[in-house]
Amino acid sequence: MAIQSPSIDLGGTISVLLGRSGVSRGYWQSVGRRLRRDPVTLICAAILILLVAAALLAPWLGLADPYKTSMLRRLNPIGSPNNLLGTDELGRDMLARLIYGGRLSLFMGVTPVACALLIGGFLGIAAGFLGGRVNMAIMRTMDVFYAFPSVLLAISLSGAMGAGAENTLLALSLVFIPPICRVSESVTTQVRGFDFVDAAKASGASTLAIVRVHVLGNVLGPILVYATSLISVAIILAAGLSFLGLGVKPPEPEWGLMLNTLRQAIYVNPVLAALPGVMIFITSICFNLMSDGLRAAMDVKA
Amino acid sequence: MSDLLQVRDLHVTFVTPDRTVHAVNGVSFDLKRGETLGILGESGSGKSVTLRSILRLHPEHRTRWSGSIRLEGDEVLDMAPRALGDLRGGRVAMIFQEPATAFDPVFTIGQQITETIRKHTGKSETEAWKRARELLELVRIPSPAQRLKAYPHEMSGGMRQRAMIALALSCNPSLLLADEPTTALDATVQIQVLLLIRELQREFDLGVIFVTHDIGVAVEVSDRIGVMYAGKIVELAPVEQMVDAPQHPYSRGLLASTVHDGMRGQRLEAIPGAPPDLAEIPTACSFAPRCRFVQSPCLAAPPDLRVRSDGHLVRCVLAAA
Amino acid sequence: MDSALPIADRGGPAQPLLLAKDLRKHFPVGGGLLGRGRKVVRAVDDLTISVAKGETLGVVGESGCGKSTVARLLIRLLRPDRGTLVLDGDPVDEPHGITVNELRRQVQMVFQDSYASLNPRLTIGETLAFAPKAHGLPAAEARARTRDLLAQVGLDPESYAERYPHELSGGQRQRVNIARALALRPRLVILDEAVSALDKSVEAQVLNMLVDLKSELGLTYVFISHDLNVVQYLSDRVLVMYLGKIVELGPVEAIYGNPLHPYTRALLSARPSMDPRKRTHEAPIQGDPPNPIDPPSGCRFRTRCPFAEDVCAAGEPLLTETPAQSVACHMRRPGSGHSKAAAA
Repeated sequence: MAIQSPSIDLGGTISVLLGRSGVSRGYWQSVGRRLRRDPVTLICAAILILLVAAALLAPWLGLADPYKTSMLRRLNPIGSPNNLLGTDELGRDMLARLIYGGRLSLFMGVTPVACALLIGGFLGIAAGFLGGRVNMAIMRTMDVFYAFPSVLLAISLSGAMGAGAENTLLALSLVFIPPICRVSESVTTQVRGFDFVDAAKASGASTLAIVRVHVLGNVLGPILVYATSLISVAIILAAGLSFLGLGVKPPEPEWGLMLNTLRQAIYVNPVLAALPGVMIFITSICFNLMSDGLRAAMDVKA
Repeated sequence: MSDLLQVRDLHVTFVTPDRTVHAVNGVSFDLKRGETLGILGESGSGKSVTLRSILRLHPEHRTRWSGSIRLEGDEVLDMAPRALGDLRGGRVAMIFQEPATAFDPVFTIGQQITETIRKHTGKSETEAWKRARELLELVRIPSPAQRLKAYPHEMSGGMRQRAMIALALSCNPSLLLADEPTTALDATVQIQVLLLIRELQREFDLGVIFVTHDIGVAVEVSDRIGVMYAGKIVELAPVEQMVDAPQHPYSRGLLASTVHDGMRGQRLEAIPGAPPDLAEIPTACSFAPRCRFVQSPCLAAPPDLRVRSDGHLVRCVLAAA
Repeated sequence: MDSALPIADRGGPAQPLLLAKDLRKHFPVGGGLLGRGRKVVRAVDDLTISVAKGETLGVVGESGCGKSTVARLLIRLLRPDRGTLVLDGDPVDEPHGITVNELRRQVQMVFQDSYASLNPRLTIGETLAFAPKAHGLPAAEARARTRDLLAQVGLDPESYAERYPHELSGGQRQRVNIARALALRPRLVILDEAVSALDKSVEAQVLNMLVDLKSELGLTYVFISHDLNVVQYLSDRVLVMYLGKIVELGPVEAIYGNPLHPYTRALLSARPSMDPRKRTHEAPIQGDPPNPIDPPSGCRFRTRCPFAEDVCAAGEPLLTETPAQSVACHMRRPGSGHSKAAAA
């Protein structure tokens, strides 16, 4: 701590707040070691990385134009010469649309959960740590949102705000704040009950330092695990909204919307019509299994 | 008087992908009807594992056994699942440290006791309730008829422990296994439960194995005391001999480090160090690293159990025959 | 840095280090949203204790007697419903007094559960440095302090500072907890069942260490335990609690040698005998301690007391001075109306 002037009394507190880069080293090392020995989680992570990479790098992969329609090549079967995965009802290349569709679908899955994690996590940790009236106010408000099933809430919010990707994002973020808030509150309440938090209070440390050092390190893990499991729900919900016409608008490639528009083709080429659904299924199950794997790896017992 | 229980060279090893624990490393003892054997040891000594092995309560796929446990001549380690089911709660009953977790919170005490009675004896519902009432009277629970209708959480700790003893006795077992049954109780309640166990043991001529970490409790209930350390019985003797003249350095250290009357101001004779890791089979005396009297034979091989002329068993090279 | 120095004595040896007057803490339980039908647990009721400088005050009692609540009240982890704390002459959290933070500089606590009282994500070194840093000690000095603390509790600083709590045994963890309590150089350490979860051989090591630390650092202890033998070994004075009340208070020789309250007697004779020829044949008292919600009227022990009379239900016994100790029993108060009491 060479920069620190001893005359500034705050220095110690600041170093408590900031100088904790090495805190979780040993812990995260052991989590990483356990993850490396878990083949299911590794495979799921690999699939997800592949999907994300493909979606991000789509323009450079030499794919067909996902927007280019062709009345001649409608509903080509899987394995056609120029269209590896066939074409959709407007003759657009399915492979290209599925990979480009991953961009929106994955984005719609991750972003609302990330937003909800920030807001819900903050509210939940505050409610859990402060307890009393603050807890009462925050948690009862959350309960009001909880009264609606998440699908209905998302549909009514998107319906009220109108279709479009931004509104879907907003609606989904709002939907995920209450569950994340509730989980954050319950793990924080649990950690607050441990003697080490009392011991830190008894040492006269400030609330901020206690939360930063003793609470966050112990609650972030479980909250992140829970949020990971929500990503699959978000992907399915976003796809569902698009399917209902409340989300992304055509002709954007998005898995839910594709499922909707391919609906008529189900008697002509059922396998083709199911492809977007298969993508949704693979992605969401990978997120779920990875969340399970993370939870197992982070569960440290002496 | 024939032996009720014979345990011979019992080894119990827990194997998980992460690690292997040699929890019990060659335990042998006998128990007669009407006798109480106290097993004294600290956490990790293998005392509870030994006790639970008698009912084979450990998860089958992670546990490796060897040796022999014979109950009235029947080999427990070879028993088929069905015979084991009859054994548990029938011929052998067990009481635990925390009765709150041994009872199911969603059923009344009466429902749980009668269910066990009916499972093991095939009595009718009315007969079972009558028997359950008698049992609560036996363990001196006041107003038993009402208590049968109570849920576990509605009873105090001492009452729950009495109810668990009633449940254990419901099928006339010949052997009662007690795993620290008074550790979670208050002092004034603990003595009541200890006296109750002693009394019931005499009345029903039960064999009792009483596992505890508390020397005072062991002395209060036991006829013989076995001291366990690192998965082995290091000393086994009648209670008077054990208290008056412990032979093994660990037993002596344990007695000396236990605070009791009149030690005020004296320095306690603590045993230095900590118990060994049980990841490997011991190749020497497990207590040697903490022992004041350690000699070269102690490190060469694990010492055998020596029988003294008075029947006192000691696992130490220093013990005179 | 002021926190680097031990705090000097101020009021002289005769002034109690910590004086708690009329402490009361009731916890509401159950009841509806608006508090109807709400009951209270009377955890601590009008408790007055003083802790002299340099002594060890033992507090004994069974579960539900309020001894852990007392510990938390003395360090202000709980705010009392009423009552005052005075630390070496300075009232706490009052005008002209000292702040709660200042109290916590001088009074520290060791908890029973050695695992729950250490943050599993921090190394031992980080845990020990937390409080000194929060009080403004520069990081380098805090690290040096950490090494001293570990050495003081008999753990090698080089190998233990970098370890995590789950890598330590129960005894080692409790040593770390004691070191953490000493990190701010307190004058009073409250030990709440600090050795109860340890194995006997380890307990003896820790007790020896507590005795050494006390004389080396000139500490004062409040030692709370359900284990009468350990309290007898360590304490100078002993306080016996029953359902939130003091039943008896006095020097250790008087309480253990000549207990006056029927409850103290029962507690002492409920101890296992350690002699197989002198086994206990009858339990000194029957039944469990009553629920601290709605404790019995008058004397709270009367429902289990073999000497209870009408007067015991009618009025609460006051703490009465006898030559050697104080006791709250109608039998010991002349003129109380109990048939065994002396005339007024």
